[in-house]
Amino acid sequence: MLVIEDLAVEVGGKTILNHINMEIPEGETHILFGPNGSGKTSLMMTIIGFSGYTVTNGKITFKGEDITYMPIHERARLGVGVSFQRPPTINGLKTRDLVALCGRNHKADVETLAGLLNFEGFLERDVNRNFSGGEIKRSELLQLMAQEPDLVLLDEPESGVDLENIVLLGEVINTLLERGVKKPRGIMEHAHLKKKTKSALVITHTGHILDYITADKGQVLYNGHLCCSRNAREILKWIREYGYEECVRCTM
Amino acid sequence: MHHVGSKAQTDIDLSKYRSEAEKHEYVEDLGRIDTVDSNKWLNVGVDIAETGRAGTFIQKDCSVIHSKAMRDGVEVMGISEALKKHEWMDQYLWKYISPEKDQFTQAAKTKPHEGYFIRSFQGAKIQQPVQACLYIAKEGFSQNVHNVVIAEEDSEMHIITGCSTSPHLITGLHVGVSEIFVKKGATLHFTMIHDWGEQINVRPRTAIHVEAGGVIVSNYISLRPVGSLQMSPTTYLDGRGAVARFNSILVASAGCHLDVGSTVHLNQPETRAEIISRAITVGGTIIARGEMIGKVAGCKGHLECKGLILKDGLMQAIPELQGHVPGVEMSHEAAVGKIDQREIEYLMARGLDEDEAVSTIVRGFLNVDIEGLPAGLAAEIDKAVTETQKDMM
Ligand SMILES: Nc1ncnc2c1ncn2[C@@H]1O[C@H](COP(=O)(O)OP(=O)(O)OP(=O)(O)O)[C@@H](O)[C@H]1O
Ligand SMILES: [Mg+2]
Repeated sequence: MLVIEDLAVEVGGKTILNHINMEIPEGETHILFGPNGSGKTSLMMTIIGFSGYTVTNGKITFKGEDITYMPIHERARLGVGVSFQRPPTINGLKTRDLVALCGRNHKADVETLAGLLNFEGFLERDVNRNFSGGEIKRSELLQLMAQEPDLVLLDEPESGVDLENIVLLGEVINTLLERGVKKPRGIMEHAHLKKKTKSALVITHTGHILDYITADKGQVLYNGHLCCSRNAREILKWIREYGYEECVRCTM
Repeated sequence: MHHVGSKAQTDIDLSKYRSEAEKHEYVEDLGRIDTVDSNKWLNVGVDIAETGRAGTFIQKDCSVIHSKAMRDGVEVMGISEALKKHEWMDQYLWKYISPEKDQFTQAAKTKPHEGYFIRSFQGAKIQQPVQACLYIAKEGFSQNVHNVVIAEEDSEMHIITGCSTSPHLITGLHVGVSEIFVKKGATLHFTMIHDWGEQINVRPRTAIHVEAGGVIVSNYISLRPVGSLQMSPTTYLDGRGAVARFNSILVASAGCHLDVGSTVHLNQPETRAEIISRAITVGGTIIARGEMIGKVAGCKGHLECKGLILKDGLMQAIPELQGHVPGVEMSHEAAVGKIDQREIEYLMARGLDEDEAVSTIVRGFLNVDIEGLPAGLAAEIDKAVTETQKDMM
């Protein structure tokens, strides 16, 4: 589904990602670990194509198409969806209207989707305006639910989310990945029987999200390099016990 | 090049305009109006079917061609008829504006061409809006009107006034002296929509007087090209607890020069004022002014000017606050800039192409919650935004 080959990325004239190779096959969920400032968010921004993240080497292929220099909206339409860590406020644009825009191709039912995230009360508010940290996460997921991407990039979906909402969020992420075991209003009847076709890359520091989603693989980004690739829970355990520096040593 | 307040743009030679125009016949049935005209009226909020309206006033050049009140508690007529009908009328003329103010007020005094008189009776709550339209069809005409609006004590009224010109008109001048009186405990919503032509010059001169407990909400919308527009209505909050709220939405394409402001005098305790403007320039010049003068303790005011420069042009926000005594509470917020690239890219990441992203953001920017905006105007704003985008390309 997503293939990244020998990718190098510059931000503000400085190389922040180098020799990145990554493959996320169809139906797999990968977890991305890495210390603050290691370049995790930058990698997602580069995959979706934000300006300011200049690819200086390598290429990104999605569904067999080279998307390295494709405009953002074409990548989105091809099936890439991102939950942003720090999305901007858009004054005067109601959250309801943005969610409807996200889901305009399959006429998403905004009200029902918002219900799943306990977010009905925020639909009339301007997008991200004065949203709390946890509200931003739910708003981002709501937009993705409407958008129905095939590759979901989640940047710290659980950070700042309280214990009750994290359960809700876990369920929604599963629905998003068509792994839902719970059946929200009958829509997902056969979801758990269907072959998984959606892929995901999830950034997490705490690993709490691993209690709710099934991860196929974990990776560690360190100083702009992908260092480690193995079971996500194992990686988490290593980072907890020995810290990043020790953790990445095993591959060096 | 743009020069703020440059003589070429703001000084007008009145002798270049005609002050005479042929009379137009009175039209009883608005359904018989030529669609060339009525479509232009529709753009500025005038409903010729008159459904959901409490009254209508239409003036073409110097002639009142339609005028009637359809509900109890409201009067609608031309100013000359009002002068005949009410012997007290002169108490309301040139009361807070001097005819000597400038050459335009002088023209309105010496060469007057009607104008409307709209009055809600004491205690009347007029549910539906009264609509008024001032229209110029005569090439090179200077339309000098004098309008008077009175909201008597404890009444409530909403007026929608639309101003526009015939599609073929090239040059013209509109001078409008408006005197608005909001009596004790009355509430007046006044929505003004302008759709002039590219070379039309417009000089409204407005004074608003508000008594104790009175409320004026004024919305001003100018989305279409206009040669030059210069206005700064002055409001006097002269009774305890009087309130003024001004919203304006302005769009200036290349060649347009808009100098729009509001001045509010807070002369009594517990008076409140709010001036909010949203302005977009796509090659034109916009000067958004706001001035508040607080003369007593316990008055409050807030000014907010936000401007977007989409292409080039000039955007100048001039907020001015004057507090004359301690205990005056006034603040302002002004921001001028372009659309944040991150906002555009955020929407593109949701599948919108760049144009859609920009127009969605612009629409949001203009989307100040305007009280009592006539239905259909939202669609008008959308249309103007789309046209604005064409200009940007
Ligand atoms: N637009 C930018 N301008 C300058 N530096 C940037 C920019 N974006 C990212 N950086 C820098 O690049 C590095 C990687 O940042 P990035 O946001 O990708 O880290 P991260 O791994 O997501 O960190 P965190 O865990 O704190 O979210 C940091 O040192 C950051 O300061
Ligand atoms: Mg980050």
